[in-house]
Amino acid sequence: MRLLPDQDQTAYARTVRGILADASPPKVARAWAAGDHAPGRALWRSLAATGLPALAVPEEHGGVGWYPAELAAAFVEIGHAGAPGPLVETVAVAAALPGTPAWSEELLTGERLATVTDPAARGYAVDAHAADAAYVLTHETGAVPARGDGAPGPGSRGPAAGAGPSALFTAASRGAPLPSVDPTRHLIRCAPGEAVPGDTGRLRALATLLTAAQLLGAGQALLAGSVEYAGARHQFGRAIGSFQAVKHQLADAAVALEFAVPLLRGAALAVRGDAAADPRDLPAAKAACARAAHRAARTALQVHGALGYTDEYDLTLLLRKAHALRTAWGTEAACRAAVLADRLLPG
Amino acid sequence: MDVDLTPAEEAFRAEARAWLTAHVPAEPLPSLETAEGFAAHRAWERLLYDGGWSVVSWPRAFGGREASLTEWLLFEEEYYAAGAPGRVSQNGINLLAPTLFAHGTTEQLARVLPAMASGETIWAQAWSEPEAGSDLASLRARAEHTDRDGGGWLLSGQKTWSSRAAFADRAFGLFRTDPEAERHRGLSYLMFPLDAEGVTVRPLGRLDGKPAFAEIFLDRVFVPDADVIGEAQAGWRAAMSTAGNERGLTLRSPGRFTAAAARLRGLWREYADPADTARAGQVADVWIKARAYQLAGYAAASAPEDPKAAIPSSLNKLFWSELDIELHDAALDLLGPGTAEITEGLEESAWLDGWTFAQAGPVYAGTNEIQRDIVAERVLGLPRGR
Repeated sequence: MRLLPDQDQTAYARTVRGILADASPPKVARAWAAGDHAPGRALWRSLAATGLPALAVPEEHGGVGWYPAELAAAFVEIGHAGAPGPLVETVAVAAALPGTPAWSEELLTGERLATVTDPAARGYAVDAHAADAAYVLTHETGAVPARGDGAPGPGSRGPAAGAGPSALFTAASRGAPLPSVDPTRHLIRCAPGEAVPGDTGRLRALATLLTAAQLLGAGQALLAGSVEYAGARHQFGRAIGSFQAVKHQLADAAVALEFAVPLLRGAALAVRGDAAADPRDLPAAKAACARAAHRAARTALQVHGALGYTDEYDLTLLLRKAHALRTAWGTEAACRAAVLADRLLPG
Repeated sequence: MDVDLTPAEEAFRAEARAWLTAHVPAEPLPSLETAEGFAAHRAWERLLYDGGWSVVSWPRAFGGREASLTEWLLFEEEYYAAGAPGRVSQNGINLLAPTLFAHGTTEQLARVLPAMASGETIWAQAWSEPEAGSDLASLRARAEHTDRDGGGWLLSGQKTWSSRAAFADRAFGLFRTDPEAERHRGLSYLMFPLDAEGVTVRPLGRLDGKPAFAEIFLDRVFVPDADVIGEAQAGWRAAMSTAGNERGLTLRSPGRFTAAAARLRGLWREYADPADTARAGQVADVWIKARAYQLAGYAAASAPEDPKAAIPSSLNKLFWSELDIELHDAALDLLGPGTAEITEGLEESAWLDGWTFAQAGPVYAGTNEIQRDIVAERVLGLPRGR
């Protein structure tokens, strides 16, 4: 038993962290938000050059195999930095497409960004306006539920929601980009076109895992930024971080984040398919990472005071990303239902 | 990364499970916070000891089987999954023994540990005083050196909130041995008998009235030099060097929570309205947290010599103490009106006993306010101050 990263995994995470740090991620994120995708694409190409998407692709298709733990570690860093773009979706699509006519090795080089709808997202794909390829993932019926059509809503537990197979289609049309609470994200309504025989189980599992990882990283960065601010900001003649009322909020955020870490590792083993892993660790990790990031975001806003409510303060980019990702690829309710139904995938 | 067990670990788990299946009493023992229950739990400790299961991680010389941290975690999972009795000897095993292993003499280890492991001697802790709770370093109970009987100490003062002291045999705690020194200095870590001349124990009822703790009044109680742990006047360091044991994994093992979460799921299947997603959410959250604690234990066991592998003990204590309350609140919610408030006489009453026990979690072993201060200052690096 070794539920700790090994030397290679630690070194790889450090490499990814270094590339991100050199790229000034808040600037890249703000450019992306303003419609300039070039710096974000350049950053993704740098990350892809480390072999990042290849960690989701078998060797016979130009990848290096199936390494969810390494991918999760990389996406904790991506979440920490707040790198923009449909990166989770690109890697999840890269995991699903090998061996199908839709496969493109440019997904490995970082030249190609892809996006795909979360089947619970009523046909909205993130950043389809910036992606080279867009896909629609549906539950087995193939129908894309429209708003108000009686499809399962958040928190509902359909008889087999999430349990059955899903179907993947190319996006036949893309609607207008709608802004997200996270200014770096846009949601675009996509209609299903041609069916694509991809590995949808792998796609969904990886998207859930990497979204959880991103949430954990964003939460950790929000806590670190808040601790730094609380140590520097003085009121009543002392650092506000010396007040228990502030300290205890930060300590509670630290507890939530710290105990999400081992769940994320367990989830990576479950997605990898380890016999000794527990499939419930995936929805458990998504729920715990979302909860911890949400706690960290609330605390960050409160500790920063009005500054934490501004658009211009860089840390609030993560605050807003944490909010957007909380429901993506498995709401907390869907994750809890999956835990109780002994399932890997949140419905 | 992996969570695979070695064949030896699998065999260890199977052996523990087989023994527990054969020996765990079919009927729950009476509460260990009663005289009758205390005696029954002491007898259970003896049975555990004879089977070699009372202190699995200890050296063989003292009754253990030198289990690794991973094996200890597996044993605890099996122990609580089997519904085995609570450990009446836990103050000794989890709090005193680690300090003895770190600071005790060979003579002390040989004299104290086997009797602790077999339940022959049950230990109470004696940290708090009426004026020294969270601010433990302000304690006033004193020990004065004497040449009587070859040299020793005369203990005077008052200790309080001493868990198990109502029925225990001996206690351990800190005493001021240098009256000129202040705060953390001039304290000594001493072991003392609870039946000696000069000791008065006044049991205190916890919320349900059971005497789970006690006040201890000491009037020139003699303790030989051999019962000082570590160096005299250096007791604070000895006590704090193992305080993490009380707050970390060992006092409230992950297995205790994974077993309780599994029982809660059973209760949910039996009692819940399937349409009640709010209750389902509570149950799932408890399972998720218990699982997080279990995996955090596996991470710590992956590199037992690396302190960075383990979650800091103050974070741990916050996590399990809050989880214990959440878990029992969820169970009582499921049991519903009537059943949820009946303290004795039903099989389900065990949940209320657990709830009562859980209420104390955020208070003992350093209040959760103190733990949050420690997390903020020592883990996050925030400035000192309250």
